[in-house]
Amino acid sequence: MSSAIHARFNLHWPGFTLDVDLTLPGRGVTALFGHSGSGKTTLLRCVAGLERAPGGYLAVGGEEWQDGSHFLPTYRRSLGYVFQEASLFPHLSARGNLEYGMKRVRDAMAGSALDHAVELLGIGTLLDRRPDQLSGGERQRVAIARALALKPRLLLMDEPLAALDLKRKQEILPYLERLHDDLEIPVLYVTHSPDEVAHLADHLVLLEEGAVRAAGPLGELMTRLDLPLARDEAAESIIETVVAGHDDNYKLTYLDFRGGRFAVGRLQRKIGKPARVRIHARDVSISLKEHRDSSIVNIIAAQVQELAPLNDWQMVVRLGLGPEATVPLLARITRRSADMLELTPGKNVFAQVKSVVLAD
Amino acid sequence: MGFSDADLAAIWLTLRLAGITTVLLLIIGTPIAWWLARTRSNWKGPVGAVVALPLVLPPTVLGFYLLLAMGPNGPVGQFTQWLGIGTLPFTFWGLVVASVFYSMPFVVQPIQNAIESLGERPLEAAATLRAGPWDTFFTVVLPLARPGFFTAAILGFAHTVGEFGVVLMIGGNIPGVTRVVSVQIYDHVEALEYAEAHWLAATMVIFSFLVLLALYTLNPATRRKQA
Repeated sequence: MSSAIHARFNLHWPGFTLDVDLTLPGRGVTALFGHSGSGKTTLLRCVAGLERAPGGYLAVGGEEWQDGSHFLPTYRRSLGYVFQEASLFPHLSARGNLEYGMKRVRDAMAGSALDHAVELLGIGTLLDRRPDQLSGGERQRVAIARALALKPRLLLMDEPLAALDLKRKQEILPYLERLHDDLEIPVLYVTHSPDEVAHLADHLVLLEEGAVRAAGPLGELMTRLDLPLARDEAAESIIETVVAGHDDNYKLTYLDFRGGRFAVGRLQRKIGKPARVRIHARDVSISLKEHRDSSIVNIIAAQVQELAPLNDWQMVVRLGLGPEATVPLLARITRRSADMLELTPGKNVFAQVKSVVLAD
Repeated sequence: MGFSDADLAAIWLTLRLAGITTVLLLIIGTPIAWWLARTRSNWKGPVGAVVALPLVLPPTVLGFYLLLAMGPNGPVGQFTQWLGIGTLPFTFWGLVVASVFYSMPFVVQPIQNAIESLGERPLEAAATLRAGPWDTFFTVVLPLARPGFFTAAILGFAHTVGEFGVVLMIGGNIPGVTRVVSVQIYDHVEALEYAEAHWLAATMVIFSFLVLLALYTLNPATRRKQA
């Protein structure tokens, strides 16, 4: 079922308003994305019940957590919550922290599932230490395990990487990516980092000043020209592919998607495995003919769907790849090129992709 | 020399009064401290001020009003008479009630500070880990705020041991019932028994010193800072 979470909240504080009505998918990672003050953390806290929004409504997987007069307190909600700072209990060891919640739910993780989570997060050797003997990244991994061990129906993460430096971020990101592939439950992930969105999110909720600007599948929202993401200097497209084969002679890996095939540097990934790639808009150029006399490897048939001016000399173009032009890809070109190629919606062109980067 | 029987009775009475008062204050003061630490109500100021009043009031003033309240015509006195236990002034339990008011700020404030310094986060984390409010109090708040409770207990005990004016107003000077050490010292001095007064007074000085020494060296909070 696709509408596992229904949330409607109305909050009016001095200088801040939250007004959302959302239906979110019951599986995968939904990023709540926006600037600070956009209400993303408040929304997450409302879902957790840490913030009371009188008159709000919240149902998770068919179970009502809040409805008019009825408000299920946080400790009765089947959720896991990861705070921005790990917030481990300082008087308990890492193991004590992990077990604190497990003791309080009937069907917590046990046996091999628990071992798997501990191994997935790489905290097996840290369990006997106290929080003040752990690094920031280690603490956050314990905090994630502590939330997962409850086997919640919903995992809430509030900028779990924001308090960490770049090195620690890169230490945790792979764990989160593995979680993303592993988890059966929906995850709400608050972030203001486009990078984390590109790596982790399947769906996106774009928040602006306490209101939902747009919500939908990641690939679609990142390439909608009426939204700020596509107009950003670092605008990019996300495409889900599958490893189709390897060329061991040229050390290349072929990634197939519904619109064609990319060749990238040799990946250590088995054939048939999914691979998410990100393509910067500035790395995509457009030509009318399929140039065989170019060093660019990835040339894909595409259709112009929409154009929008970016500034006084650049345009951003949304292309559709594949037979029905269903896979969106952004290209940033000069206004002069757009005029010279006479680009208009519906025109068939070729996208030349200079660089394809793996994002998971 | 040494302690006379009357001195020993006074010491025993004092310790009993301070012990019972401290236990009662931890039970009564903790919810008050909790409320003061976490409420956003407009009543926080007035309630906090009332709790702190004994810090600035002359003990005789406090004792005078408690005497009136607990007397036969006071509201508390009417209530205790209705309960059939008579009136509280000039009884041990009258002293206990007075001491609870008198030492309240010394217990409430350290606990309140400890709970305030915990912040919301540990409580929220506990809630997301399925701990209800009572569960959270005993498994998170109490262990984390332990230094505050420790300080509160010691200060409450020591302050009760040292009270004088309130005791005189409420309890008078009944040997074995309301005559605590500070009153006994006063009696010795009145009777020009300076040697006896010295014994008790010096004992109080040493006791107070040891209590404060314990507070500063054993308290996990100060110890952690040194480590």
